[in-house]
Amino acid sequence: MSISLFYFVAFLSIFFALMVIFAKNPVHSVLYLIVTFFTFTIHYILLNAQFLAIVNFIVYMGAIMVLFLFVLMLLNLNEGSVGSKSNLLKMIGVIAGMCLIITLVGSARVLNASEPLVLQTQDLGLVKNLGKVLFSKFLLPFEISSILLLSAMVGAVLLAKKDIKRV
Amino acid sequence: MENVTQAIQGVPLNHYILLCTIIFSIGVIGVLIRRNAIVIFMSVELMLNAVNLLLTAFSVHHNDPSGQVFVFFIMALAAAEVAVGLAIIVMIFRNTNSTDVNILNKLKW
Repeated sequence: MSISLFYFVAFLSIFFALMVIFAKNPVHSVLYLIVTFFTFTIHYILLNAQFLAIVNFIVYMGAIMVLFLFVLMLLNLNEGSVGSKSNLLKMIGVIAGMCLIITLVGSARVLNASEPLVLQTQDLGLVKNLGKVLFSKFLLPFEISSILLLSAMVGAVLLAKKDIKRV
Repeated sequence: MENVTQAIQGVPLNHYILLCTIIFSIGVIGVLIRRNAIVIFMSVELMLNAVNLLLTAFSVHHNDPSGQVFVFFIMALAAAEVAVGLAIIVMIFRNTNSTDVNILNKLKW
């Protein structure tokens, strides 16, 4: 185990993230996105955020990505059904993204926060510790998020069902 | 577990900021260059995840669990967002028979 593990996983994250946006077939995009999220899970384990690693694994890779694949299967999209933008627009988009990277990296350099990351307490990201914080300091937001999920469920059902025939 | 977490000791915080910046920008580029609504949606997910990772890194750096609780809330929000967004995409597909965002230009100036 060495420090190079982080750089290897970071390289994989960037590589698969690029594959997500450049893959022609949307199904391949979803599969690459799942691999990207798996590398993020490894990042969380490296940061000793074990609770987040498990939640990322179950919620993102398990639930959200299956939802994406399910919708893709229902819509039955294949490669040629959606055209691509003209090369000029693609170039402009990539240049705009590069400008964003340069701006953000420049501002990060000004911050000069380059001291090494040190794990001060080993049990920072464990379920016990996070649960105590979640149910004491963040109790109200936790309850409100349940209302958010309920309203999202109602909204999704309302949007996705067929129109009621008006007589 | 001890071995794994030892590996992270010594990665500068700047490199985490750099990684998350690059992933976020890849998400932005994906939104700009793709026309399929579902791929645009996946790029938005990529951006959300980049921010999640950065929040976790700063949480470890400052030894404060609040950052990781925030990531938990963002994940709940992302789940709700995906459910509603995919329902909207299904509805668009039913009306236009495509998920091309260029068809939906009625409100375009």
